[in-house]
Amino acid sequence: MNAGLATHRTTTSRGARVRRKTTLFIRQLRRDLFCYLFLAPFLICFLAFIIIPVFMAALLGFTSYDGFSGLRFIGIDNYIALFTQDIIFLTKAIPNTVFFALLVGPGGYLLAFAFAWLIHQLPLRIRDYYTLAFYAPSMAGGVALSVVWIAAFSGDRVGYVNNFLLSMGWIESPVIWLQDPKHLMNIMILVSLWISFSVGFLAMLAGLQTVNKELYEAGRIDGISSRLQEVFYITLPSMKPQMLFSAVMSIVGTLKAGSISVQLTGMPISPSYSGHLIINHIDDYAFIRFELGYASAVSVVLLLLSYFAMRFAYRLFGEKEETRA
Amino acid sequence: MRRRWSWFQFALVTSFTALAAFMSLPILFIVNHAFKPQNELFLFPPQFLVQNPTLRNFELLFLHASNATVPFTRYLFNSVLVAALALAGVILVSTMAAYALGKYRFHFKGFILSLITLSLMFAPETVGIPRYLIISGLGMNDTYFGHLLPLLASPVAVFLLIGFVSQIPDELLEAAKIDGASHLTIFSRIVIPLSAPAIATISILTFQTVWGDIETSTLFMQEETMRTLAFYVNSLLSGLQNSVAGQNMAAAAGLLMFLPNLIIFLIFQKRVLETMVHSGIK
Repeated sequence: MNAGLATHRTTTSRGARVRRKTTLFIRQLRRDLFCYLFLAPFLICFLAFIIIPVFMAALLGFTSYDGFSGLRFIGIDNYIALFTQDIIFLTKAIPNTVFFALLVGPGGYLLAFAFAWLIHQLPLRIRDYYTLAFYAPSMAGGVALSVVWIAAFSGDRVGYVNNFLLSMGWIESPVIWLQDPKHLMNIMILVSLWISFSVGFLAMLAGLQTVNKELYEAGRIDGISSRLQEVFYITLPSMKPQMLFSAVMSIVGTLKAGSISVQLTGMPISPSYSGHLIINHIDDYAFIRFELGYASAVSVVLLLLSYFAMRFAYRLFGEKEETRA
Repeated sequence: MRRRWSWFQFALVTSFTALAAFMSLPILFIVNHAFKPQNELFLFPPQFLVQNPTLRNFELLFLHASNATVPFTRYLFNSVLVAALALAGVILVSTMAAYALGKYRFHFKGFILSLITLSLMFAPETVGIPRYLIISGLGMNDTYFGHLLPLLASPVAVFLLIGFVSQIPDELLEAAKIDGASHLTIFSRIVIPLSAPAIATISILTFQTVWGDIETSTLFMQEETMRTLAFYVNSLLSGLQNSVAGQNMAAAAGLLMFLPNLIIFLIFQKRVLETMVHSGIK
């Protein structure tokens, strides 16, 4: 378990040093052979079906390509255009995505943890049913969205929200919730929070199961009095890997989100770009304008953005050993 | 150890039940929708409960399916086979990778880990063309490998499992090694049982992905007999989208596609809760 330690020696001959390092490297590879064997099946599929295709797609970002005529290599022109001329990207897609991600990411994350913890406090027999209830929106997918929220925020007077507000006398005429740029973003955030109980939530529930029960007893003896203290001093430190996992999944989930505005408004581009996220921008260029090269460039930027957000999550939750390794 | 019921739990359960009921509306809707007669299907805003339940929707669906060129059971067989193999494959392949990545240090580990993290952002639909080229380059069109192999690469599963495997105490593995256990024995006797909650979680996730996946059927399968149920239902529905009769079949098909997800969820989620309750290992 202490493999991979590089030894530093000062030798006079450069060739000898290189040779020694190579033999050491090969010896270490041979010693860790079982690791590579265990990794091999995953790694082969991973390379063939994810890494290589993504790499091929990323190369498209340096070209001008419409899907029909030939590829034309144009260097970094796409990126220059993206950051200097694309007004929609700079003034709508970026601010919208940041606003959306900052609210939905941490918000959904905290909600998922709060409810996972609350469910964990329930008697064992009924936990499953509550888990199922909270997971239901993620499991049902698009159907859930359309029957609950589109019906609720429908712009006519029969929509649940309008109906309620009208009958209470709080508004005089129905509000066109989903087509109004003022409301669309807020509704998108509300709906996203509702479906944020997904795989990260399940991982947290599983993580809560693995917390050693004796720690709670020990904590009580050491003077932990409230449940809040229990959560901060025992529960959270014991389930760091699960917290990291769901943090990363919520970053990925929010940055990948884009279909919500499409499903809510029924249009690929939301009214006056009020719900326009980076993914919508990519879809716009890839599937409506067929500028595949440009769309790839935007995807690469989004990928980099998500990478930095994940580094931040690792800072927060990463194990100390991992940051050193 | 179970806590006694307190006022805290009582208040919690009541407010919780209300919220849970609201959250589970979609399930209620899908189930009820499938049994609605035509005049109820088109009500707006939609009614959650069915007034006059009928089996007509299912009848129409099976009537339509029996007229198809490829029998309905063939799609079902493909789907079940692919889902079962993919589930077993993903669990095995991902746990093996997570064991190596979570417990040992070796060359390129950091690089592989960052590739996995980065690829969580990966969305298969964006790289349809390169994937198609690779599949046909390997000659896996119209084979079950074409369905399976792309699904085996599941960075989410590996990433989740690494977290759980790294929590298994090193002392336990050392002790097993001193007792003469090989890596395979350690893997099958210690690592797999102790990461059972995570395995159950990824099973739920993987099944959901595989069962609803239409990408492999659309892109990599040219023969109709190799395509899955999800593909069939999807093409059935998109062909009938604008017809009034289609809505009946869509409602019934929606339930049929949803039920396996629900069943798998219930089976595996129970495992998540049961496995770790009595073991105090960490």
